[in-house]
Amino acid sequence: MGNVVLIVLLGLAAVAGLIGAARGHDGLFQAHAWVIVAASLVAIACLLQRLDRPKSSEAAEGYADGVVRYGVIATIFWGVTGFVVGLVIALQLAFPELNLGYSFTSFGRLRPLHTSAVIFAFGGNALIATSFYVVQRTCRARLALGGLHWFVFWGYQLFIVLAATGYLMGATQSKEYAEPEWYVDIWLTLVWVAYLLVFLCTLFKRKEPHIYVANWFYLAFIVTVAMLHIVNNLAIPVSFLGSKSYSAFSGVQDALTQWWYGHNAVGFFLTAGFLGMMYYFVPKQADRPVFSYRLSIIHFWALIFLYIWAGPHHLHYTALPDWAQTLGMVFSIMLWMPSWGGMINGLMTLSGAWDKLRTDPVLRMMVVAIAFYGMSTFEGPMMSIKAVNGLSHYTDWTIGHVHSGALGWVGMISFGAIYFLVPKLWNRSGLHSLRLVSWHVWLATIGIVIYAAAMWVSGITQGLMWREYDPNGFLVYSFAETVSAMHPFYIIRAFGGLVYISGAVLMVYNVWRTIKGSPATRAVAADAAAPQAA
Amino acid sequence: MSKREVDDFSGVETTGHEWDGIRELDNPMPRWWLWTFMACIVWAFGYVIFYPAVPLLTEATPGVLGYSSRAELHKEVAEVRASRAGLIAKIENMPLEDIRQDVDLLQFANNGGRAAYAVNCVQCHGSGATGSPGYPNLNDDDWIWGGELEAIQTTLQHGIRYAVDDDTRFSEMPAFGRDGLLDRAQIGAVSQHVLQLAGQPHDAAQAAAGQQLYADNCAACHGDKGLGDRELGAPNISDAIWLYGDSATEIARQIHAPRHGVMPAWGGRLDPVTIKQLTIYIHSLGGGE
Repeated sequence: MGNVVLIVLLGLAAVAGLIGAARGHDGLFQAHAWVIVAASLVAIACLLQRLDRPKSSEAAEGYADGVVRYGVIATIFWGVTGFVVGLVIALQLAFPELNLGYSFTSFGRLRPLHTSAVIFAFGGNALIATSFYVVQRTCRARLALGGLHWFVFWGYQLFIVLAATGYLMGATQSKEYAEPEWYVDIWLTLVWVAYLLVFLCTLFKRKEPHIYVANWFYLAFIVTVAMLHIVNNLAIPVSFLGSKSYSAFSGVQDALTQWWYGHNAVGFFLTAGFLGMMYYFVPKQADRPVFSYRLSIIHFWALIFLYIWAGPHHLHYTALPDWAQTLGMVFSIMLWMPSWGGMINGLMTLSGAWDKLRTDPVLRMMVVAIAFYGMSTFEGPMMSIKAVNGLSHYTDWTIGHVHSGALGWVGMISFGAIYFLVPKLWNRSGLHSLRLVSWHVWLATIGIVIYAAAMWVSGITQGLMWREYDPNGFLVYSFAETVSAMHPFYIIRAFGGLVYISGAVLMVYNVWRTIKGSPATRAVAADAAAPQAA
Repeated sequence: MSKREVDDFSGVETTGHEWDGIRELDNPMPRWWLWTFMACIVWAFGYVIFYPAVPLLTEATPGVLGYSSRAELHKEVAEVRASRAGLIAKIENMPLEDIRQDVDLLQFANNGGRAAYAVNCVQCHGSGATGSPGYPNLNDDDWIWGGELEAIQTTLQHGIRYAVDDDTRFSEMPAFGRDGLLDRAQIGAVSQHVLQLAGQPHDAAQAAAGQQLYADNCAACHGDKGLGDRELGAPNISDAIWLYGDSATEIARQIHAPRHGVMPAWGGRLDPVTIKQLTIYIHSLGGGE
């Protein structure tokens, strides 16, 4: 019955897509309308196949892990895609010929493809998948609202495809990390509200008296990202049948809204969300209690309260009024310790289990992630100080900072979670190879160190060259000279990225072999039992 | 389940909560963490008192120090301006040749010219002023419009073929091929003759055939021997320096339908002193006359 309604709705979506394809004002909008038609038809075909099939036992009882399995695969797929595009644009910076002369292979279009692929496609899928896994375990409740979580998963993949194809075809509203146009934004809003509902309702029906700290962080991430996304993307479409829109804000207000959004994409997407991940997977893998409940409360609320004000530090020495710059800076400084609270709670959870680092490369992966988290959350407040920012802003130092956070913290904590989840989700006795995990840890770590070190040297060199004056107060270097000075560091950076990707390829192989392997003789996951039984 | 236990390893009590096997220790917050957090907050309040920070109805609190990033910038710029004022005034009022004779002024003008060059000129002429196809090399003595100080200054001031400026330098070689003045064979012959004038390897028979054509069509501007004419902006084509390539094909292409480079007039964008400094800098690069 439910499937029939769904098929009818998808049919309507396909018709709407056809209308959009026929009447759209520009090729881009028409192309995206065709994507909608194709996606609707594929979904209808899949549902039709299922109509006569009996419902699987999982659908009735137990945890909803199917969507987590899909999420893990999607995370790995988009992760490797995003890393490879990153390597391509790193090489384009070193060797501009690699732009190849086509619009869709140019740096300007591939760069947002890379950033969105790693942040939203890789990071987002990792967060959705792990949050669905963690909220069920820590609430002892199946995901609420029936099959809505499948809409969240597939709706999010459709968002990724629309965003990615839009970048390649040149659609952009020129807001960093928020490039997709209005109709893609509306779609993401629908998906995100469904995500919030599934998560909240699962929390409501929990069988535990308290809400676990990981879920605080996941919930903060979901709620805040909804707010940021909606406000920053307020825009008026030129036509409801065209791709172009204009922002509701202008001038410095637009810039401030954008960086309020941009910085909290870092704060709530890449920090709060992944702290939620850490708070579940680190104590599970270490098999130790969380170090301090009190610390987790204080650093959670301090982080949530302070982060949202820190955005103006992206606009130091600009048209932004001085008072706003001051506030952006002091809130960033106050944010240092709340960020480190997560690092302390993560690392100190290992007390009593440090010896496991010798034998357990998955735990090692997580610990290195926390170390990079601590490093970049120190570097961030430091770079927000106006005197430091005057040197670091607009240079490669910023790129290095972002990547020690993204590759080190976000990437490695996600890899750790994937290695934890795969044997449990597919009911295997363990990973195919722990040695490969160990190699992955080392390749990833070395890759990041090469990357970050190259960008530090390059960024500081660049910043110093830009501000080099002779005794008469005349600029010493032309911009082109600073670009050619970066060349060797761009090659080193690309090499660091290649090393990091080779680790990710080992993970793909390891996960594939683990899934292909034979099921464990007895259920590995004691938690595979239905929540009702617990 | 909601029972407080004591952790064996650390001897610390748990909070009594448990989720999927995860428990929490009831450790206090590390003191160093708490104090550093407090110190950051205190520092933040201090900073807010000293610097512009709190938005009120019509403007923000100015802060005890009365700091303003705009005022700071204006002050720095004013200081640099004041330190240069004497030298700038001299450059403004003295003839170019006299500036070149004064060691201090020459050095100052060269520094200023180099900086202005790095910002405004490198895009076309290259950071080493070596030019690139279509953009002249400024290090050599092969000047199209003259290499004396005044000639360079005029070029900078008014540009080349820059229609917006009434006094711009202007020359236009006819499109001999496109406009049907010469046929393909004739252009080929003239190209060989030009190569011969330049002392390059060439087809002797064709070059001879091109000699009369050259005299009839080209010599009026480029001269009998191809030495060019700076008054007309006709390049010297008897040397090894070529703006659009030195092969027979490239020369023929230029005769067929010449490309005419444009340089903007900088008089409207740069102040006269900067133009004078640029003039002296360009003149000093190696080809100044």
